[in-house]
Formats: sequence, C-alpha cells, structure tokens
Amino acid sequence: MTDTAVLLPDQGQTRKTGRWLYAASVTLLCAWVIVPLYFLLINTLSSPETVNSFPKSFVPEFDLGSLTFFAGFQGMLTALKNSIVVAFLTMVMSILIGAPAGYALSRFEFRGKEAFRLLILLTRAFPLPLLALPLAVMFIRTGLDDTAFGLALVHTTLAIPFAVLITFSLFSGIPVELEEAAWTLGCTRLTAFTKVVLPLILPGITASAIFAFVISWNEVFAAAVLTIENRTLTAFLLQTLGEAPLHLKFAGGFILVVPALIFIFAVRKYLFAMWGIANR
Amino acid sequence: MNARLLPYVLILPVTLFLCLFFLYPFVLVAAQAFGGSDGLSLDNFRDVVSYWKFPISLKNTMLLAALVVPVQLALALLMATMVNRMKKGRDLVLYIWTIPLGISDLAAGIIWLAIFEQSGFLNSMMTGLGLAEGPVNFLSYQNPGLVFLAIALAEIWRATAIMLVILVAGIGLIPKEYYEAAEVFGASPWQRFLRVTLPMLRPSLQTALILRVVLAFEVFAVVAALGGTLLPVLMGEIYAYQFDLQNGGAAAAMALIVLGISIVFTLIILRVLRVPKGATI
Repeated sequence: MTDTAVLLPDQGQTRKTGRWLYAASVTLLCAWVIVPLYFLLINTLSSPETVNSFPKSFVPEFDLGSLTFFAGFQGMLTALKNSIVVAFLTMVMSILIGAPAGYALSRFEFRGKEAFRLLILLTRAFPLPLLALPLAVMFIRTGLDDTAFGLALVHTTLAIPFAVLITFSLFSGIPVELEEAAWTLGCTRLTAFTKVVLPLILPGITASAIFAFVISWNEVFAAAVLTIENRTLTAFLLQTLGEAPLHLKFAGGFILVVPALIFIFAVRKYLFAMWGIANR
Repeated sequence: MNARLLPYVLILPVTLFLCLFFLYPFVLVAAQAFGGSDGLSLDNFRDVVSYWKFPISLKNTMLLAALVVPVQLALALLMATMVNRMKKGRDLVLYIWTIPLGISDLAAGIIWLAIFEQSGFLNSMMTGLGLAEGPVNFLSYQNPGLVFLAIALAEIWRATAIMLVILVAGIGLIPKEYYEAAEVFGASPWQRFLRVTLPMLRPSLQTALILRVVLAFEVFAVVAALGGTLLPVLMGEIYAYQFDLQNGGAAAAMALIVLGISIVFTLIILRVLRVPKGATI
C-alpha cells in the first residue's frame, strides 16, 4: 500500500512531463512547417527595396511593390496563364482517362487485372519527368512541341496513376448493391451510373482532379525541357533563377505556393482515404 | 454492352495512353542513348561517365538521398504516431503538416532561399542576436557543406509530408485489437510501436520508401534554386546536357543511368521490406 502511495504522484509527474513534451513537439513541428512559409509571405508583401535590404524585419510591411513588379515582368503573366492552361488540361484528361479504369478495377474481376494494376503501380517507381527527353523529339515531329497540350500529355502521365488509384478507392467505397437496386428499378448500366454513382462520387472526383491540377502546376523538369516560348510559371522561374532579382523570385514562389495551400485544404478529407487503398 | 468486354473497354484509354506516353518513350530514350554514328554503341555512356562532373553529381545525389530519406522516414513515423493518439485538433495539425505536399520543389527552394540568402532571415536573426558581425554569404562556393545542408533541409521540409500521408493512412488500417492485446500483455508504448506498428506498417513503408527514394534521385529544382551550379546533381546535369550542350544522346544516357539506379533501389526496398504472402491485414 505504501508503495503505491509513494509511486502515484511520481507517475503523475512523469505523465504530466510526457504530455507537456508531446504538446511541445507537436507545436514545434507545426512551426517547422509554417515559419518558412511565413518568411516567404513577409518577403512577398514587402517592397523590392526592403527585400534586398539587411537586416530583415520579421513583420510584413504590406507593400504590394514586389507583386506589382512580378505582374509587370516581361512574360510572367503569360507564363502564369500557360501554367493554368496546362494544369487544367492535365486535370481534365487524367480524370476522363483515369476514372473509367478506376471503376473497372473496383467493379469487375477480369483477366489481366493484376498485370494492369502492376503497370499502374510501375509508373510510380519510375522517374517520370525523364520521359520529357524522348518526348521532346517525338513532339517536334508531330508539331506538339512547345504547346500547352503537349506538356499536358506528359503531366497527365504523371497524374494518371494517382487518378486511377484514387478513383478506384472512391468507387470501392460505394456499395455495388446501390447500383444493382437501380438496375432492378429499370436503370441501364449507364443511367444507374449517372444517376446513382456519379452524384455520390462527385466530391471525391473533384478532390482527385484537384490533385492532378497540383501535380501539373508544380512540375518543373518536364516543363522546362518541353517548353521554350510558351513557358509555364515553374519553367519561367527556373530559367530566370540565375539573373532574376530576389523580389521577383520570392513573389513568384509565393504565387506558386498559394494554390497549393488552397488545394491541400480542399482535398484534406480524401488525402488519407486515397492512400489507404492505394497501398494494397 | 457485353459485361465481359466492358472492363476492357474501360481500361483501354489508360492502357493506350500509358503505352504511348510511358512505355514507348522508354524505348525511344534507350534507342537515343545507345544510338551512335554507326548503329549500337556505348559512346554516349562512355562520354557521360568520363566527364569530370559525373562522379561529383552522382556522389552529391546519393549523399543527399542518404541523408534526407532516413531523416524523413524517422520524422514521418514520429509525426504519424503523434497524430494517431491525438484527440483534439487532429484535423488542423494534419492539415498543417501536409501543406508541403502541395508545394513544388522549386517553390520550396525559393522559400529556403529567403532564409539562407545573404540578406535573408537567418542572417538577420544571427546579427540581431549578436552571433555574427554582419551578413554571411552561406550559399557560396566557400561553404559547400552549408549549401548541401540548406538543400537537405529544404528537401526534408518539403517532402516529409508525402511519407506522412502514406504512413498515417497505413496506421489507420491496423486493427485496434492488436494494440489492445499488446496492452493486455503489458507491452509498453515503445514495444507496441516496435512489435505491432512497424511490422503491420510494412506495405505502407514499402510504398513510402520507394516513392521517396525515386523522388530523391530526381532532386533538381531545389538544388537549382539554392545552390545554382555550386552543387551538381544528376538531374541538373541531364538538363544541362539537353539545353546548354544540346547533346540529346548524352542526356538520354544520363537518364538511363538515373532510371537504372531508381530500379535497383526499388528492387532492394521491395526485397528488404517484402510482405509475407497471405499476411495482409
């Protein structure tokens, strides 16, 4: 009895320290992610003179000088537009091509299913941006070189494995009985799909479309190899890294980051469900 | 439509697309790499490997991967277990921790440039605290170690999130009963982690490691943003071959080398972390 009486407050102490340590490490790790982003924000919202001065202030001065400079920089807005066009094309293509396969994987047992899944998984184990090299030659022959569509095709290759696996897991989450009920009520396979499955799946499809958009938006290597006149924002920034003034780099980096923040927020619910199934 | 044909019709677009834009380009890149003035030759490989920058860029890429991936794995495991026992604020913390997932390597490089450049925040902080006399140029050829460290930090900052997502999803699949049973038999939290979480997490660890290691060999834009040409890496050399030297054959040969390294490491990871047959959850 005396033993426990002595032990208890001690244990309580350890637990308290443990909890404090736990909370501290969670906070620290959050800060590790957020603080560098905050620094970028300060630089973006400061005038070009402040960005190049020393020492730095740790609060933004809310001056739009850097961003105005970015917008006025020769070719920057076109690059921004190209980025959006390519990412949008990638999004549409990867869903249109990938979703049917995801549906097939979730609903049917067929010969060659394993081989097909292997092909999809294989693409993830390859350094895909390297594909841009041979495709550069192929695109010149077919007139696709330096076009948004050509680059979008490469980005779709990057996004498609994800699109297939994500839609596969989404479709698997919808009981096949729902479809069967619709068939008995007079729906054909197609109308059962459009009237029952599609409305249920739409938010998930949107999430995976957004994911495809981000993949394309962020891609640097293939974009830099495949575009010359019609550079995307990443390719343009990469090209000007050597000579661009600091405030231009930071404003550009900030513009690259903003959609990512919004998109991750929009898809956060699906992020883990997507990967849970994709692992199997 | 015939129900037996339907699945094939549905997977046809992806298959065609991947054949045209995934398998076929690999044939092309191989043809370009082995192609010489007269049929098959290894000239491109010989040129590439004997170039003085090749051993350095190979060493840098490998060292970077060897430093970054283990740190990321440990960090992601720590974060995943922390988030797993969290009751309040789990969603918010997960959102914050996964933010870098959406950030491109180029943007990550620029973000860390804001910290490490000569008039950057690290210098401001050090001067403010009286640790340095004036701004130090960290990212110069005089401090190759610091350039390497800055790039490694940016990579760890950016790409831990993808591992975290895969591991959190994997931990979510482990049945709670296993932990309860372990607790009944008096396993400490550390033992539960070693004996239940880690073995059950094998498929996720496999996916996460393969993905990360392959991406680590592709490191490019972070290096370009932070180191410029100070720290040559394989992908940067490929880019230089393609653009500055206009040598497509050499670029293709380098690409095949990166590809070969990626495949070897993928196979090693698959072998080391193989999931015993029938041992799925």
